[in-house]
Amino acid sequence: MTPDQTILDARGLEVVLGRMAHEVIEHHPVLDNLVLVGVRSRGVHLAERLQCRLAELSGVTLPLGILDITMYRDDLGLGAGNPVLERTEIPFSLEEKTVILVDDVIHTGRTVRAALDGLMDFGRPRAIQLLVLVDRGGRELPIRPDYVGTHVHSSPRDKVKVRVGERDGFDAVMVEYGTRGQEANL
Amino acid sequence: MIKAVFPHKDLLGIRNLGRDEIVMILDTAESFKEVSRRPIKKVPSLRGQTVINLFYEPSTRTRTSFEIAAKRLSADAVNISASTSSVVKGETLADTVRNLQAMAPDIVVMRHACAGAAEYVAGIIAAGVVNAGDGAHEHPTQALLDLLTMRQHCGRLEGLRLAIIGDIAHSRVARSNLWACRTLGIHARVCGPPSMMPRDLADFGEVEVCSRPEDAIATADVIMMLRLQLERQGTGLFPSLEEYARRYGLNRERLARAPADAVVMHPGPMNRGVEIAGDVADGRRAVILDQVENGVAVRMAILYLLGGSRS
Amino acid sequence: MKRLLIRGGRLIDPSCGRDEVTDLLLVDGKVAEIGPPAVGAAADREIDATGGWVIPGAIDMHVHLREPGQEYKETIRTGAEAAAAGGFTGVACMANTVPVNDHAAVTRFILERAATAPVRVYPVGAVTRGLAGKQLVDMGEMIDAGVAAFSDDGRTVVDSALLRHAFEYAAVLGRTIICHCQDDRLFGGGVMHEGRVSASLGLPGIPAIAEEVDIDRCIRVAEYVGAPLHIAHVGTRGAVAIIAAAKARGVAVTAEVTPHHLMLDHRAVHDLYYFPEDVHAARNWPRRFNTWTKMSPPLREPEDVVALRRALAEGVIDTVATDHAPHEQNEKEVEFASAPFGVVGLETALPLVLALVREGVLTPARMVDCLSGAPARILGLAGRGSLAPGMDADVTVIDPGCRWVVEPERFRSRARNTPFAGWRVQGRAAYTVVAGEVVYAAAGAS
Repeated sequence: MTPDQTILDARGLEVVLGRMAHEVIEHHPVLDNLVLVGVRSRGVHLAERLQCRLAELSGVTLPLGILDITMYRDDLGLGAGNPVLERTEIPFSLEEKTVILVDDVIHTGRTVRAALDGLMDFGRPRAIQLLVLVDRGGRELPIRPDYVGTHVHSSPRDKVKVRVGERDGFDAVMVEYGTRGQEANL
Repeated sequence: MIKAVFPHKDLLGIRNLGRDEIVMILDTAESFKEVSRRPIKKVPSLRGQTVINLFYEPSTRTRTSFEIAAKRLSADAVNISASTSSVVKGETLADTVRNLQAMAPDIVVMRHACAGAAEYVAGIIAAGVVNAGDGAHEHPTQALLDLLTMRQHCGRLEGLRLAIIGDIAHSRVARSNLWACRTLGIHARVCGPPSMMPRDLADFGEVEVCSRPEDAIATADVIMMLRLQLERQGTGLFPSLEEYARRYGLNRERLARAPADAVVMHPGPMNRGVEIAGDVADGRRAVILDQVENGVAVRMAILYLLGGSRS
Repeated sequence: MKRLLIRGGRLIDPSCGRDEVTDLLLVDGKVAEIGPPAVGAAADREIDATGGWVIPGAIDMHVHLREPGQEYKETIRTGAEAAAAGGFTGVACMANTVPVNDHAAVTRFILERAATAPVRVYPVGAVTRGLAGKQLVDMGEMIDAGVAAFSDDGRTVVDSALLRHAFEYAAVLGRTIICHCQDDRLFGGGVMHEGRVSASLGLPGIPAIAEEVDIDRCIRVAEYVGAPLHIAHVGTRGAVAIIAAAKARGVAVTAEVTPHHLMLDHRAVHDLYYFPEDVHAARNWPRRFNTWTKMSPPLREPEDVVALRRALAEGVIDTVATDHAPHEQNEKEVEFASAPFGVVGLETALPLVLALVREGVLTPARMVDCLSGAPARILGLAGRGSLAPGMDADVTVIDPGCRWVVEPERFRSRARNTPFAGWRVQGRAAYTVVAGEVVYAAAGAS
């Protein structure tokens, strides 16, 4: 195991979020039909920050929902125990909305797949776009993010760690490069 | 990812659950409540799993609740009731469940008139067994939905005061709730006709036995009225329905003796005018329909947790 | 002349006041001599009983052999083999067979079958025809056919007037009536003792008074007509008090207790492995709601166990009888409420009673009287229950030190329904001798 290598520090993370906020506005000159949904758990905090940035830039506070994808996972019953369930809170209709789905890291794409299934159960959005802070490659499903904060080239043995102040006390994106033979902890 | 390990193959009773396990079930159930309020009330958690509802006693309510729970988790639910099964042909319970096991169900939900029947079956088959009521022994999912309802309305469980009123001796609902009270630190008072009171409640820990319902409810946060089995009329256990209603039924005057914020629960189905007056059942303090709603969520949680504990 | 010499054992027989290491010579089916045999008097066979206990043949005065009619549960042959292996030289078999032993022809059938069995069988006749409680059996004819006592065991004689007449007839004919005491309405649909365990398990309870009020009734009726009676399987401290009071005022009442009522209480239904803590070998029998803990009368409370042990030690209860009740495996492999009542006992009684001796509850002499002398007296079995010279040569040689694990699958009985499965026990029958013949020798015994 090697020491963590920092990809983004607190300031870098803010810069990246700011850029993505601009990109969203660029794509959606009118924000009226837009909603944000954060994937538990760190995607929620990123979505909240994005909500603030977009409000600063446009004066519009977008509705924000929280999605827990646990019930939609494709690996239930495979190990000892199930993931702890948390609440999903989407207190608005998704009908005819454009949803920006926010998550911290995209890797295999399975989490996003589960999240898409979950969103569909709340209605029929007009479109769903995907915003991630980190794209670490390694996709196992044909899923592609629309907004990417940063790219990290990693192997399955590596751990990509996103830390957010609300939850972890500090902001950072780090990579812990795994040694050969050590399986990735997803 | 934090895994919720529910270290049981089966849910047989509340007695053998720890405090943390009960809280885990209730928290999981909270998450599932939201699913039942969506336009599309279905998640794929148990896709491909088979849940058999094996009911040796008629129970529309509990069976339906389990069936809905299984279906909202995308499991395939199959109902077997005594009248359509081979029970009538004299097959033993062991043979029946071994036959079911051969069809590879993941979970068997079981209701039976004999205490210990679910535990007996759990020892025989590999599938997870959920006790949906075994004689007068336990009805764990009922107690769990009661707890979820209490927590919802009172904001906590520890230190609550619960009054259970009715036929305690023959009630699995009372027993499962009393075990929960012992484990969670809920103060339990029970009240019922002396002929329907178990001789010795010492195993349940600190349970206060009151001879008058007024005493049982005087400080209660939650009043739980039990269903009176009407077929017990004429067995000498109580003089008459009228006498029972007068002495133990919850009517408006009696409810006025309870604290103003006490809520009223009933496991259903209700005998209006016997153990509970119609205006109380329909009144604003009754949370009986919340119990039903929570029942589906609790059963989803149990199926989900047992589904994950199987390897 | 057929001579069997049992050499070097500790001969314990309170009936002739002996407790000493000595030899016992049996000749032609009778006890010939206690003490070293005269020089040159060679025996046909010798048993080395060094380290063992030599006692008058144990008699179990309460067993169910199921034949005729329910041979799938047990037969006279398999039951007698189980008795021999358990150290019993005689058993009294209850009348609830199919057909009921309520007629001399059935009695003769049983004795015919028993003629080739390894131990003596003492048939108990029904009190009423078909155990129906309506009409007395022909007691005299049945006594001529060979019944040792009368009992409607499994039921009580509800009609007190009929019970009175039964006592009157039996007394005149010199036989004891064995009363299975149970008030049917108080018993109700109960399946275990009514108390804290039944309350927590939600199983229908059988109150102690179901047994006590009927014991009181039977004693009063027998007392009124001056007849002897024997109370089967006493289970409660209240019953002990009733019997003690009756004995104190001179009623000819005797009583028995089963090994399971001396060893277990109602907690066993909730968890069979509850106690004693150190006796269980690791086995996989179901612990809870185990139907092997279901019997009638049921296992009672710890206080009852204490009272029963004291009553046995003090002689308020006279004898230990197993109420050996074999059931087929499938009949017991059902949910608790649906299972039949009863457990087997012949092959586990001896080590359990020996445990009471080791615990100091019973003296060895008291144990021997409980197992041998008392049942012979109650049943009026002349020539049995004592090793005095001239008595029948029925002997049990006990190896009190042998440690073994109860494994029901190795029983000689057809049935397996014992609550003691997996128990580590100490003591067994090394030899069982009936009429001077060795009918059982434990593996490894010389």
